[in-house]
Amino acid sequence: MSGRRTLATAGRVLAQIAHDPRTVVLLLVVPSLLIGLMAWLLDDTPVFARVGPAMLALFPFIVMFLVTSIATLRERRSGTLERLLTLRTAPLDLVVGYLLAFGALAIVQALVAVGYAVVVCGLDVHGSLALLVVVALADAVLGTALGLFASAFARTEFQVVQFLPVFVFPQVLLGGVLLPRDDMPAVLRTISDWLPLSHAVDALDAVARDDHGIGYVLAELLVVCAFSAAAVVLGAVTLRRRTA
Amino acid sequence: MENYPAVRLHDLRVRRGRREVLRGLTLEVPRGSLVGLLGPSGAGKTSLMRSVLGIQAGVSGEASVLGRPAGSPELRGRIGYLAQTPSVYDDLTVRQNLAYFRVMAGADREHVGEALERTGLDDLADRLVGTLSGGQRGRVSLAVALLGRPELLVLDEPTVGLDPVLRAELWTLFHRVRDEGTTLLVSSHVMDEAVRCDRLVLLRDGEVLADTTPDELLARTRTRTAEDAFLAIVAGRTWESA
Repeated sequence: MSGRRTLATAGRVLAQIAHDPRTVVLLLVVPSLLIGLMAWLLDDTPVFARVGPAMLALFPFIVMFLVTSIATLRERRSGTLERLLTLRTAPLDLVVGYLLAFGALAIVQALVAVGYAVVVCGLDVHGSLALLVVVALADAVLGTALGLFASAFARTEFQVVQFLPVFVFPQVLLGGVLLPRDDMPAVLRTISDWLPLSHAVDALDAVARDDHGIGYVLAELLVVCAFSAAAVVLGAVTLRRRTA
Repeated sequence: MENYPAVRLHDLRVRRGRREVLRGLTLEVPRGSLVGLLGPSGAGKTSLMRSVLGIQAGVSGEASVLGRPAGSPELRGRIGYLAQTPSVYDDLTVRQNLAYFRVMAGADREHVGEALERTGLDDLADRLVGTLSGGQRGRVSLAVALLGRPELLVLDEPTVGLDPVLRAELWTLFHRVRDEGTTLLVSSHVMDEAVRCDRLVLLRDGEVLADTTPDELLARTRTRTAEDAFLAIVAGRTWESA
């Protein structure tokens, strides 16, 4: 792996996105719009205060998963991946380059989403706002990492979109958004412990309510980052030079 | 210069699923020569080229490139490859494409300008690749393959779909690059391009039908054009009996 080639890849991905302003706007605005819709829907109930923080994990995670898995699939199908692998490119140059580029976008996205949730939707955050942004960013990066990994198993765009229900929806259902994780049947509770998004939601809840202390939040954050790292390594392993 | 051919294949076999697409193929590409790989589609031209690059799965037999086993890490960046589909980014400009691949190939910065000039893309350098015509896009892909003056160029159907003027220009470029010492392996199914090569390899059904020079091909088949010669061979007359 080389720092120069990794940075060149990140710069190239950002340059590609810069030529597609509509995607940039969608990336930055859609999570906020959905959070706003949620806040409006739950306006007369106390529910938004409970699920609001989790939304900050959910929407960036889903959006980044989709964008990344499609971007990498395009790379495979257009032949550019094959060409890069005949050059001096190491798989990690590509995967980490993608992660840096989408991570940079995710920072902006997290800032916009958190700002919108707190200022416009009146989400109560008792803990540190900066920490909330960091956790939201980690979730977006997790989406990117899982998207990279998932794209390895897709041959077509149709399949990539189908991976959304496979990789993402179970995590959403079991992540503690619909039902607090402590109230779940024991088996599902155990499964949810092994899903990265559950830890992301726990971390966001803890920051918003400021009821667990920083150590707990950092530990949950560490779990999310470990899942991301594992997905990145597995994603790099799937970039094979020799193909049929 | 070391004494090994640019490409040496011995009893090369490629299996894709249950089908053997290359069936024990032996071939040498001398250094500094321009070798044409001709044959109908499905003959195995692309599998052969991908084997040379070390990106083909299911390969057995011997394939060495520039004195090393095909696919060795030391070969990366020393071989320029043009795939049949233009492998460039549609949502980047021509120059951005070249600038990126330049870093990934480990080539010098000046090579971007050189590649643009050689492929006649100077005027299009700041256009988005997605807005170019198919032929222009192919030339961008070729420019990427030329980056850093690789020792071996593997070009899969570089002239397909181009008008005659452009095709002639590209062959002039190939000869120029050859004269600078680069080895070229160029596939085509346009037979009249055969006469522009130093050597010709005719492939059919994963086997070498003939490995010859353009003059010898015409003489032995007693035909006047490469197309007729190829038809004569494919029509059933084997090379030996021709």
